[in-house]
Amino acid sequence: MFKLTEKHSLSLAPLVYLILLFLLPTIIMVFIAFRIPGSYGGVEPLIVKSTSSGHISINMSLDSIKFALSSKFIWQLFLRSMSYSIITTLCCLGLSYPLAMMVAKSNKKYRDILLLLVIIPFWSCFLIRVYAWMIILGPESAVNHAINYVIEFFGFSVVNLLYSPVAVIICLVYINLPFMILPLYANLEKHDEALIEASRDLGASRWQSFWKITLPLSMPGILAGGALVFIPSIGMFVVPELVGNNCSLMIGNLIKQQFLQTMNWPLGSITAIVMTVSVLAISALVGVVASRMGGLRYANK
Amino acid sequence: MAILEINNITKQFDDNLVVDNISINIEQGEFFTLLGPSGCGKTTLLRMLAGFITPDSGNILLDGKDITHLPPEKRPLHTIFQSYALFPHLTVFDNIAFPLKMAHWDKHKITAQVEELLEDVQLTKFMRRYPHELSGGQKQRVAIARSLVDRPKLLLLDEPLSALDARLREHMHIELVKLQEETGVTFVYVTHDQQEALALSSRIAVMNLGSIEQLDKPAVVYSKPKTYFVADFLGKCNLLKAQVLAITDTGVKLKVADSIEFEIVDADNCDYCVGQIGWYSIRPEKIKLSRKMPTTEFMYIDKVVVNGYYYYGDATLYELSFDEQVKLQVMLSNTKAEEPNFFIDNSEVFLSFDPEAGNFIAEDQCLS
Repeated sequence: MFKLTEKHSLSLAPLVYLILLFLLPTIIMVFIAFRIPGSYGGVEPLIVKSTSSGHISINMSLDSIKFALSSKFIWQLFLRSMSYSIITTLCCLGLSYPLAMMVAKSNKKYRDILLLLVIIPFWSCFLIRVYAWMIILGPESAVNHAINYVIEFFGFSVVNLLYSPVAVIICLVYINLPFMILPLYANLEKHDEALIEASRDLGASRWQSFWKITLPLSMPGILAGGALVFIPSIGMFVVPELVGNNCSLMIGNLIKQQFLQTMNWPLGSITAIVMTVSVLAISALVGVVASRMGGLRYANK
Repeated sequence: MAILEINNITKQFDDNLVVDNISINIEQGEFFTLLGPSGCGKTTLLRMLAGFITPDSGNILLDGKDITHLPPEKRPLHTIFQSYALFPHLTVFDNIAFPLKMAHWDKHKITAQVEELLEDVQLTKFMRRYPHELSGGQKQRVAIARSLVDRPKLLLLDEPLSALDARLREHMHIELVKLQEETGVTFVYVTHDQQEALALSSRIAVMNLGSIEQLDKPAVVYSKPKTYFVADFLGKCNLLKAQVLAITDTGVKLKVADSIEFEIVDADNCDYCVGQIGWYSIRPEKIKLSRKMPTTEFMYIDKVVVNGYYYYGDATLYELSFDEQVKLQVMLSNTKAEEPNFFIDNSEVFLSFDPEAGNFIAEDQCLS
């Protein structure tokens, strides 16, 4: 017999809201993908009673799924979202690693202040931060003028930074940077300085010591940060909408459009499902590859 | 020629003089120990040898080559760290192979060499394990194997056994000495454990406040301490107030504890002067106690009162006093009886010792 112990009852509340707020909506979303879109949003009723014959039929179809999987446009958006997210994740990693390393190696007295500086942007609204970038990248901004001055000097035609894929990636990187810095810092801060000294002592130069010791040991931090940046980036729709152009729309924009503008809920659902499944697949793949990499799982023991 | 020459090394952190003008010559194949309390500068000195700290002045010659300003990876020596510092993401095999890979050895040669070392430290069975799957003693052996795998000219050991329990530590003492004799690598060993230092070393440098108080063979450092600090730091020691009465051809005549007079042999007697004050140091186990008047030709003191005792199992330490205020400790082996003490508290006993078993330590420089 199943006995309700204290341990079980404590985990009951999270279980309930996981079911209510996560599992159930997901099931509904999957279900909607098989329905027929309503004329003014939503979906057609599931059970239809024909007025003429009184015949009752169940109103489901695979049309949306067929369309989504065969649409070149959707796949194009999907691949673009993937590549933007991968670029964003790599940029975040490249920018965060030296910073996280610097904070982790700095004097204990200043570490909290430095971390605070990383977190402070969170205190203002996400939208406001994107608007700030619109000003920085705008046509009359110093940055835009400076870059165009250089470009013109080399004889190329003038570009607009704002409303371009570059602006989208800059903003994605900026918004997600702290999510990479914090897990990396948490990992690097735990590293034992004696390991670096030992590697130097045993014949490794500074660089070799970084590649052979610090980097492999920080893999858990890189993976955690990578997941925290990659997953939200792929579904982002506000940033491409505000600073992007027609050629930088992402899969999130399509999903939003299907639900709020085109009013094709089933197509929106199937797009969202494809996105969710591929994110899960990529996470699983990275997880498997990472655990195959020797002693990585012992890195923090 | 000495394999390692340390010449006038000085290091200062802020206003703190950590290593004060130290010079040592270490011979090939020696087991050399830097012994001292924490903060005496022994670890700083070791880290300067390893290359993690640059000395403010002085130089270090390894095998005749100046290594003072070489980075750690360019020095043909290795360090064994207190925490072992094994790489947690590498197996035992890869840990030991690390220095060879860094030196770009041939793959087949690496495998052969690592396997030989694994055999030496009896860890062949564990070569596919990760460090966290090993016991403390095994980790220690991996660290040793990793440091000896490319046959360095010098091995620096920074309190390597302090994390092990007492039994395992004694076992590792034997293994360390054996390994050192087999490989012939010169060891420079840092410890604050005097027992360890005495048991392992061929020579000991006792350090205090950044300088060397005494440098000699273990038996000499122990039985003829040159300074009050050395006598006090190494084991138990009776330090009795003493004054030089006369300087003889071979030694000095002392008046000890204002009551007894005797003469001892001392090669440094020309450094002393009549009237100079200091201590007569003698180890507790070098004194004998008896209930009757001793018949030996040694010095003896009568009417010594037993104040109490500490039972250590193999020996018992007696607290004694004579002339009311002079306190002494005597260590006697428990050879016969089952009872912890031969002598009852507050009883009067005779105390005898060979004056040559102790030595004179001058308090200050000679005034004249």
